Amino acid sequence: MTRKNVWVTSLATPVVIAVLLSLVGPASVTANDQPSAANAAVKIDNFVFGPQTITIPAGTTVTWTNSDDIPHTVVSTEGVFKSKVVDTDEKFSYTFTKAGTYPYYCSVHPKMTGKVVVQ
Amino acid sequence: MPDKTQDLIDQKLQDLNNDGVDRRGFLKCMAWAGTGLVWTMSGGIPVSRAFAKSHDRKAGKGGDFSFVQISDSHIGFSKPANPDVTATLQTAINKINAMPDKPDFIIHTGDLSQLSKPSEFDTLDQVLKGASAKQIYFVPGERDMLSDNGDEYLQRYGKGTKGNGWYSFDHEGVHFVGLVNVANLKAGGMGSLGHEQLEWFEDDLKGRSASTPIVLFAHIPLWTIYPDWGWGTDDSEQALSYVKRFGSVTVLNGHIHQIMQKVEGKVSFHTAMSTAFPQPVPGTAPSAGPMKVPADQLQRVLGITDVNYVVSGRSLAIVDSPLGDSGSSASGGGAPGVVNSFFG
Repeated sequence: MTRKNVWVTSLATPVVIAVLLSLVGPASVTANDQPSAANAAVKIDNFVFGPQTITIPAGTTVTWTNSDDIPHTVVSTEGVFKSKVVDTDEKFSYTFTKAGTYPYYCSVHPKMTGKVVVQ
Repeated sequence: MPDKTQDLIDQKLQDLNNDGVDRRGFLKCMAWAGTGLVWTMSGGIPVSRAFAKSHDRKAGKGGDFSFVQISDSHIGFSKPANPDVTATLQTAINKINAMPDKPDFIIHTGDLSQLSKPSEFDTLDQVLKGASAKQIYFVPGERDMLSDNGDEYLQRYGKGTKGNGWYSFDHEGVHFVGLVNVANLKAGGMGSLGHEQLEWFEDDLKGRSASTPIVLFAHIPLWTIYPDWGWGTDDSEQALSYVKRFGSVTVLNGHIHQIMQKVEGKVSFHTAMSTAFPQPVPGTAPSAGPMKVPADQLQRVLGITDVNYVVSGRSLAIVDSPLGDSGSSASGGGAPGVVNSFFG
């Protein structure tokens, strides 16, 4: 091979490899990069559930964290789940196994409402 | 000229004398009434006069009397808005104990505790034991219903009550009704009385003469103050329709930790300050949560409410007093009160 050819070949190889890798897609995902299918979070603050509506796949555990300076509760309007009092910095979790729509509210401050949509 | 002036002065003195109060008596009245002025509606025309509480109250049946409303003690709360709610409650009790005319009883309009914990109720009871008025009437706030169905509250304060803790009693010819609008709250709603309680209430009022003064007390306001924050009761209209025929109705509420009032026909509505922490005026904050104020101002935004019933009056005179003045925890009657609500 001429020197030129060698050079081209050695350059081409990494390029080819790079192109191949880019086609495979972002496989290097760490656990924190994307919400995993197992957990979702709702933050309670200022008398609001945020996000008010979350959509999750069945089997996900939703964890509500109270960042408000007042205790709240998380109560399903259909009686599916009901937390004890969740004080500041406390959490409540529930695992949704069945598909459906689950409206809920704070039984102490009923104007606070939210919804979990399970697909 | 001096004669004319002197004549004018004499005339004025004469006028003063004509209403049966001499200058000395008048000044004595004003010293007390430095705390307030009562506006009365007489034939549709507002008339103000110094409100002097006479010490020779007619005791016994059908006489004048007074009671105190306290609210929202939130025992167990300990965040920056007030790290020691037990101490401020104690200040309120000291203030009540220092009143020259002892109240016949105390009404607590709910949110006794922060989390319905037994230890919180215990602490409350401890402080209230020191009140000069031994009879205390309660209605629960939503904070007091946090144990299953409010069991802890009912066990302690629900003797002789019905359902979730409603009841009525009579005192010196005035009919008092304690209502519970903090149970079974529906998503997206405000306070709620519920069918069973409304039925009981209608029945409770049957047969009472329309001249019986009525006092209703409940935690959440029985009129709509601010729906976005849940400050109202969804089915209060119906309850209020039952008292429409009465000549004098006073509604005492808590929950909002500030004084708000409304007079609608013969019904006077009043909400009390909290003894624990203030809350923002509707719309001035993102939410209704505890509002921090500079420490030296805390005592000014907490308070008690003195309610006076005078036989000749048609409704009750309500005097709100802050716990303190410029940071001092005044336990005497020194802190100026604001007189609200009126004689008909």
